[in-house]
Amino acid sequence: MTAFTPAELEPRSLQPQGWLKYFSFSLDHKVIGLQYLVCGFAFYLIGGALAGVIRTELASPMSDFVSRDTYNEVLTLHGTIMIFLWIVPVVNGAFGNYLIPFYVGARDMAFPRLNAVAFWLIPPAGILLISSYFLAGAASQSGWTAYPPLSLTTPAAGQIVWILSVLLLGGSSIFGGINFIATVLKLRRPGLKLMQLPMFCWAMLGTSILVVLATPVLAGTLILLSFDIIAHTGFFNPQLGGNVVVYQHLFWFYSHPAVYIMVLPAFGLVSEILPVHARKPLFGYTTMVYSIMAIVVLGLIVWAHHMFTSGTPPWMRLFFTIATSFIAVPTGIKFFNWLATLWGGKIALNSAVLFSCAFIFNFVFGGITGVALAQVPFDIHVHDTYFVVGHFHYIVYGGSVFVIFASLYHWYPKFTGRLLNEDLGRLHFVLTFIGFNLCFAPQHWLGLNGMPRRVAEYDPAFTTWNQVSSVGALLMAVSTLPLLINVVLTAMRGQHAGDNPWNALTPEWLTSSPPPVENWIGEAPLVTEPYGYGEAPGTVEVNRLSGKDLWAQGKP
Amino acid sequence: MAVPTALITLLIGMVLTLAGLWVGHNVNLLPVDASSNAPVYDALFEVLFSIGTVLFLGIVGLLIYSLVRFRRRAGDLGDGAAIEGNLPLEIVWTAIPAVVVLFVGIYSYDIYERMGGMASFHDHSAMQVATQQVAYQSASVEATQDPPAERIWGGIGRSTQDGVSPVVLPVDVTAMQFAFIFHYPGPGITAGELHVPLGQPVRLRMEAKDVIHAFWVPQFRLKQDVIPGQPTLLTFTPTRAGSYPIVCAELCGPYHGGMRSTVVVHEPEAFDDWLKSNTPATLASASGGISTKSIS
Ligand code: HEM
Ligand SMILES: [Cu+2]
Ligand SMILES: [Cu+2]
Repeated sequence: MTAFTPAELEPRSLQPQGWLKYFSFSLDHKVIGLQYLVCGFAFYLIGGALAGVIRTELASPMSDFVSRDTYNEVLTLHGTIMIFLWIVPVVNGAFGNYLIPFYVGARDMAFPRLNAVAFWLIPPAGILLISSYFLAGAASQSGWTAYPPLSLTTPAAGQIVWILSVLLLGGSSIFGGINFIATVLKLRRPGLKLMQLPMFCWAMLGTSILVVLATPVLAGTLILLSFDIIAHTGFFNPQLGGNVVVYQHLFWFYSHPAVYIMVLPAFGLVSEILPVHARKPLFGYTTMVYSIMAIVVLGLIVWAHHMFTSGTPPWMRLFFTIATSFIAVPTGIKFFNWLATLWGGKIALNSAVLFSCAFIFNFVFGGITGVALAQVPFDIHVHDTYFVVGHFHYIVYGGSVFVIFASLYHWYPKFTGRLLNEDLGRLHFVLTFIGFNLCFAPQHWLGLNGMPRRVAEYDPAFTTWNQVSSVGALLMAVSTLPLLINVVLTAMRGQHAGDNPWNALTPEWLTSSPPPVENWIGEAPLVTEPYGYGEAPGTVEVNRLSGKDLWAQGKP
Repeated sequence: MAVPTALITLLIGMVLTLAGLWVGHNVNLLPVDASSNAPVYDALFEVLFSIGTVLFLGIVGLLIYSLVRFRRRAGDLGDGAAIEGNLPLEIVWTAIPAVVVLFVGIYSYDIYERMGGMASFHDHSAMQVATQQVAYQSASVEATQDPPAERIWGGIGRSTQDGVSPVVLPVDVTAMQFAFIFHYPGPGITAGELHVPLGQPVRLRMEAKDVIHAFWVPQFRLKQDVIPGQPTLLTFTPTRAGSYPIVCAELCGPYHGGMRSTVVVHEPEAFDDWLKSNTPATLASASGGISTKSIS
C-alpha cells in the first residue's frame, strides 16, 4: 500500500495552509471537526447571552427588562441555537468527524466533499437565523417547537426564516449522518471487526440511524408549515380544516429522537474518556452496544410523551408511558457499566474525569425526573412548566454540555499538542457545577408549585427561587471565562503534551499530536482491543507496545 | 466475594430505602391539594420521589465512593484490574430497573384510572352519556347545549367518584388570546372567573378560538390543552374551598405569562348565592349584576 506523506501532498494542494485552512473548504476530517467545534462554540456564546437575557427578565416577577415580543423571540432563538447550532453540531459534527476516521482506521470520512458541504451549511444557516431579528423585523416567536396555529399567526417573515434555517441545519445533519454510517460500516481497516470498534463508533452509528430516519420527517413537516404560512394552505390550520395535533405528532417524531441525537454521542465520548483515566477496560462492551441499539429502537416509539395533555386518546397516553419508561432500562445499563468501569480502577481526578463524573451525577438526576415525567398522571400536572425546563437542562446541559467540556480537556492535547492547564480546568469545573445546579435545581420546585414555562412574568410568590436560579446562571456565564482563557493561553504557550499524554490505546493517540493530514504516516494501526488496559500491571512506558496492538509500523 | 461485603451491601440498601421513604414522606414539594384527584396524585408523587431518592443517593454514593477510594495516588503509574465484564452482575442491573419501571408503570396506570383518565378507554360512549345526565342542583335548568355525538379529543373524563355524586356541573370554557371565558350553559352565566361548588363534580368542555392554550390549576394537579377545532374535556371535584390560580400553560403569544384567571371554590350555599346573583334575567327585570360580570 502506498501512503502519501503530507510533504508530498501539500505542494499540489490548492487549499490554504496554516491557520487559514480553518476558513477554507477543507476536506480533512480533522479540520472539519475543529471547524464544527469552534463554530459551535461561537453559537454557544450567543445562545448563552440570550439565556442571560431570559434570566435577567425572570429576576423580577414583572415583564420589565425586554418587551414581551422580544422575550418570545429571545427564548425561541435561545432554544433553536442551543439545539441546532451548538449541541447537535458539536457532539456529532465536531467529535464525530475528528474521531471516527481514526477509530475505524481510515484516512478520512467516506465522503469528504459531502462532509465539507455539511459543515458549510451551518454558518450561513446560523447567521440567517440570528439576522432574522434584525432584517426581517421580527424573529420567530413561537418557541423552538413552532406549534401552529401560533406559528401561523406570529410575524410571518421571522417564522419563514426560522424554517429555512432549520431546514438547512437538518440537511447538514442528514449529510453528516449518511457519512458516519458509510464510514463506520464501509471504511473499516481490513481486519477490524465491528465488535472491536471503540464505543463512540457505535454511539455515532446509532445516532446517525436516528438522524437519517427522523430528520426528513421534521423537514417535511416544516415545509408543510411554511406552505400554511405563505400559500395559506390548511394542513395545520383549524380554520381551513387542518389539524394542529398532527403537527405535534410529526414534530415530536423527530424531536424526541433529537434528544438522543444530542446525548448518544455524549454517551460514546464518556465511554472513551473513563477507561483511559481509570486505567481499566470499558465494563460490559457487548451490553453497551446492545443498549445503544435498544435506545435507538425505543427512541423512535416514545414521541407522544410530549403530548400527554394534548388531544391524545387514553390508550395512546398509556402506550407511550410504558414505552418511555422502558428507555430507562438500557440507559441504566450504561450508567451501571460506567460505574463498574470506575470501580477498582486507578482514577486520575483531572478535569476530564471531573466533568465526566458530574455528567453521571446530572444525568441520573435528569433521568429520574424523566421517568417520572413519563407517567401520564404525573406529567399532567407538570407538563409545560419549569419542572420540564429543569428536567431537560439536567439532561442536555448537565449531560451533553458537561461531556463536551470533558472531551475538550481530554482531546485538546490531540488537537494542538498541548495540555490544558489543570488549575484553570478545575476552576472551570467547580464554577460550572455549582452554577448549573443552582440555576436548574430550583426550577423543579417552581414547576411543581405553579410556574409555567415560556413566561416573561410570574406570580411574585416565586421570586426568591427565580433569583437563585438567575444567580446560578450568572455563575455559569462567569465559568466560561476560565475556559476561554485556558484555551487561548494553552494554544499560545501551554505545556507540551507529547503524542499520547494519557497512555491511551485508541488509535487517535497512536500518531503525532496534532496528527498529519492523512492521520498516520505509513499504515493505519490495527487496534483490536481499544480498551485493553490493565493486562500489564506495573509501570507503563509512554507509547509502550502492547502485544495486542499491531501498530508498530505506524510510527516513524 | 466474602460474606461481610454482602452484609454491608444489604445494610446500605436498607439504610438507603429508609432514607428514600423518609424523604418521600416528609419533604413536601407540592402546593396545597384542592381537588379529589390531588391526594391521588400526591400518593404517586411520594412513591416516585422515594424511588428516585433511593436510586439517586445510591448511584451518587457509589460514584463518589469510587472516586475517593480508587483515585490514582501520586507516583502510581499502574493499571487497574483487567475486568471486562460480569454477565450475572449485568443481568442483575438490567433486571432491577426493569422491575422498577414495570412497577412504576402499573402503579401509575392505577393512579390514572382512579383519576378518571381511562374513562373513555373502557367505554367509548361514556363521555357523551355523562354529558346527558347533567343537572343543576339549584338552578335546575336543563342543559341544552351539548350536541349529541360530538367527538371529544382528550382529557380526564370520569365524572363521578364511584357513584357518590351523579350530578355534574357542566361549564363551557373558551380560551382566547389572552383570557379564559366560562359559560354556564344551564343558567346562561358567562364569567371571566370559574366559580364552582365544593364537592360537586365539574365538567369543563374546552375549546380555543385562536391558538392552543392550556388550562392548568396547580392545586387541582390537572392540566389539559385547549385546542382550536378539537374540543377537550376535563372533569374534577373540588375538595377545598378557596381561590386558586388558573394558569395558561401553553405558549400562546406575547401576553402568555399574563393569561391567568381564578377558580373560586365556594361552599355549596355560597355557590347558590353566586348563581342566583349572576343568572341573567330572562325577563326584563334587571336583577343581579348579570353579564356585566367581569370578562377580564
Ligand atoms: C431517561 C430517559 C428520559 C425520559 C424517560 C424522558 C422523559 C421525558 C418526558 C416524558 C418529557 C415530556 C415532559 C413534558 O413536556 O411534559 C421530556 C421532555 C424533554 N426531554 Fe426528556 N426524558 C429522558 C431523557 C432525555 C434525554 C436523554 C434528553 C436529551 C438529551 C431529554 C431531553 C428532553 C427535552 C429537550 C424535553 C423538553 C422538550 C420540550 O418540550 O421543549 N430527555 N422528557
Ligand atoms: Cu422525549
Ligand atoms: Cu394562553
